[in-house]
Amino acid sequence: MAPPAEVLAVRGLSKSFPGVRALDDVDLTLHPGEVHALIGENGAGKSTLIKLLTGVYRPDAGDIVFQGRTVSFGTPLEAQKAGISTIYQEVNLIPLLSVARNLFLGREPRNRFGLLDSARMNREAEEALREYGVRVDVRRPLRTLGVGAQQMVALARAVASEARIVIMDEPTSSLEPREVETLFSVIRRLRDEGIAVVYVSHRLDELYAVCDTVTVLRDGRRVHHGRLAELDRLSLVSTMLGRELGEVRQEGLTKFTGDHHATDSRPVLEAVGLTVPHKLNEVSVSIRPGEVVGLGGLLGSGRTETAKAISGALATSSGRVTVAGVPLRGGSTPAAIRAGISLLPEDRKSEGIVPGLSVRENISLAVLPRLSRFGLVSEARVDSIVDTFIERLRIKASSPQQKVGELSGGNQQKVLLARWLAMNPKVLLLDEPTRGIDVGAKAEVQKLVDELAADGLGVLLISSDLEELIEGSDRVVVLKDGAVVGELTGDEVTEDKLMRTIAGHAPEKDAVEEAASDG
Amino acid sequence: MTATKTDAPVAPAGDGKQAAATEPVGSARSERLSALVQQHGALAVLVVVSLVASFSFDSFATGDNVGNMATSSAFLAIVALGMTFVIITGGIDLSVGSLFALGGVLAAWGSRHGTLVALLLPLVVCGAIGVVNGLLVARSRLAPFIVTLAAMLGARGLMLALTDEGANTYLIGKGSFLAELGQGTTLGLGNPVWITLALFVAGAVVLRRTRFGQHVYAVGGNEDAAALMGAPVARTKILVYTLSGVLAGLAGALNAAWLASGVTILGNGMELDAIAAVVIGGTLLTGGLGYVSGSLVGVLLLRVIQNVINQVGSLDSSYQQVVSGAFLALVVIAQTWLGRRRQLL
Repeated sequence: MAPPAEVLAVRGLSKSFPGVRALDDVDLTLHPGEVHALIGENGAGKSTLIKLLTGVYRPDAGDIVFQGRTVSFGTPLEAQKAGISTIYQEVNLIPLLSVARNLFLGREPRNRFGLLDSARMNREAEEALREYGVRVDVRRPLRTLGVGAQQMVALARAVASEARIVIMDEPTSSLEPREVETLFSVIRRLRDEGIAVVYVSHRLDELYAVCDTVTVLRDGRRVHHGRLAELDRLSLVSTMLGRELGEVRQEGLTKFTGDHHATDSRPVLEAVGLTVPHKLNEVSVSIRPGEVVGLGGLLGSGRTETAKAISGALATSSGRVTVAGVPLRGGSTPAAIRAGISLLPEDRKSEGIVPGLSVRENISLAVLPRLSRFGLVSEARVDSIVDTFIERLRIKASSPQQKVGELSGGNQQKVLLARWLAMNPKVLLLDEPTRGIDVGAKAEVQKLVDELAADGLGVLLISSDLEELIEGSDRVVVLKDGAVVGELTGDEVTEDKLMRTIAGHAPEKDAVEEAASDG
Repeated sequence: MTATKTDAPVAPAGDGKQAAATEPVGSARSERLSALVQQHGALAVLVVVSLVASFSFDSFATGDNVGNMATSSAFLAIVALGMTFVIITGGIDLSVGSLFALGGVLAAWGSRHGTLVALLLPLVVCGAIGVVNGLLVARSRLAPFIVTLAAMLGARGLMLALTDEGANTYLIGKGSFLAELGQGTTLGLGNPVWITLALFVAGAVVLRRTRFGQHVYAVGGNEDAAALMGAPVARTKILVYTLSGVLAGLAGALNAAWLASGVTILGNGMELDAIAAVVIGGTLLTGGLGYVSGSLVGVLLLRVIQNVINQVGSLDSSYQQVVSGAFLALVVIAQTWLGRRRQLL
């Protein structure tokens, strides 16, 4: 066999799930000692590709040739034994088992009676971890270590099992900067030892710091591959998001009117210096009544976390939120709701609707305490509120008694919206309000957002749909790695400008200063 | 940047903070102490209660009383040993009480065909029911609670069918090897006690020093992670339910040998006593953490409390259950508190 043979050659890999073509005819080649960046937005197919490589899923079509042999792994164990190790974004180890036993699970050193050799295991674990800058008592339960140290144990485990390929799925999302440096030195050592690394991350700085080559996935297809050095940041972002640079802004693609006559009055919401360890760093956002403020940024940049921190669903280590000038006690969702903040969560299935309950019950769920006296609910008042919102939001249900689970995605979203509007909020936080709903319903929801802003609500809009974000927002605050990197106002609110800001192509000075002085 | 100051100075953009790679908060000594209490707290209580009882009641620390307590604890202890494995994987086995009764009847029934049949029959039948439990839990992904509840009802039904609704009691002939196994003594202690001790030593070695044992902990600690780390999750589950079934059958057979007959009314509620003993012994009901030695101590503690209440003549023996219940509640509260302290929960 030829010496510079690739260690992995993936040809025409496809995988479908009911209703979705998750991966479509994707190729991927890895050479020994290559550090390969795998990037793409939400739903691009990165996870599916990784799961196909590691035996979690079976491909519908295509070949995986590993070290010259066509392989078909049935389980993660088979992949691991063959030499493909994976470390996951969330630490996947056993929290109650000791550090050493976690490190050696499945390949424990045994004495001549076939019993585990604890002393040797602890000694070797200590030695192995020292290389990763982790000095702990390896007999302690893993759970008692910090998240960063746990991630290092996972890394040591993956590397120690004689891997030929190590797949790292957002390994740095819970690491401190110092630990990221340690990780990079490990990656470089792996490269020198001829091990191929697949590196998944949304942090552009990291990609350019360690990766040699890149594959960009979008909507399940490979849209770019090659050397990373030959692709500048801006092109990388535009390839990932599927937007040509300088593409003419087309009006009328969405139902936003784009003009909300934001008043000059005081902000209805002011969030200053919100910090959540590993997630947000001094994020500040302010919204005036009647204004739609967009949150821009790539997946994992801290958009959802910002909304959750504002609504009290995510505890902050520092920062404050004021609603109409009144400070809010942090980390409490009920307090945020009382103050007039409503969050429409990203995942409406798990965090929002109750499918088995009726439209009426779903709408009145949050407002019930306000409609009751001495613990008894006034049915008439519930009816009047429910009827009002069904009409105002144009919810299409056979009757208020229809189960929400039977409605379309768009109508479910409207029911959720109605639930929060019934609370008379001052601020509405919308996290991906149109994801997963059909085009017609999407337009209706967009129109509603417009109307609500026109009524004087402050709206925070999070959307991965660039058109929606650009056309729907009066201003866009751009996040990157959990921090505000710029703010687009007025004529700057364009896709082009947004992508440049995300890519870190020095945004206009005043935009940076404005964002900074905002805090 | 004026009004935003919180009590602590804000670290500049994430660095400068102490990374978590060294010793985390909470001193290692306090963690060791909590771990010690969690693992050996029940033992300390057992020693204290026993000491107090032996000073208070003349008849407590006698050879006869201790020997009786030890032998009568042996059967529950064997059942609790299997239960420990199941609970560490995060499961539960409610069928063991019925399997205990079924095992006793099968042993007595089989004793007419020789000792080998009398011993093997309960192990094979109860083990087979354990395999079915394990398969349903691991492969069909049914809740262990429901699966083993069904097995509990089924096994008791099978036992009643074998004994004509309990009308037939099979006897074990005097002087047979089986009777000797149950009733005889070695070095002053009943044979079942020695068998139990041997099983617990073996159980401890299996749990702490074999790969299977590591998988038991891994499956209970984080099933998804265990699967991703390559642990055979389904096989491990099937094995622990099988083990639990076999041990329950063995305990029943030994108990029948001790009583010289397959008594059909035994084993009701035994699964709950076994679970109580395991939890008292420091095993987490949520799985992932536990010790077989603790389960043995848990069984002894339950038995000693029962004995003490019997010694206090004025106390109705029904109160024994009240005390056991209250004690169990206290233990679970203490375990939870210790677990949180150790950041395990």
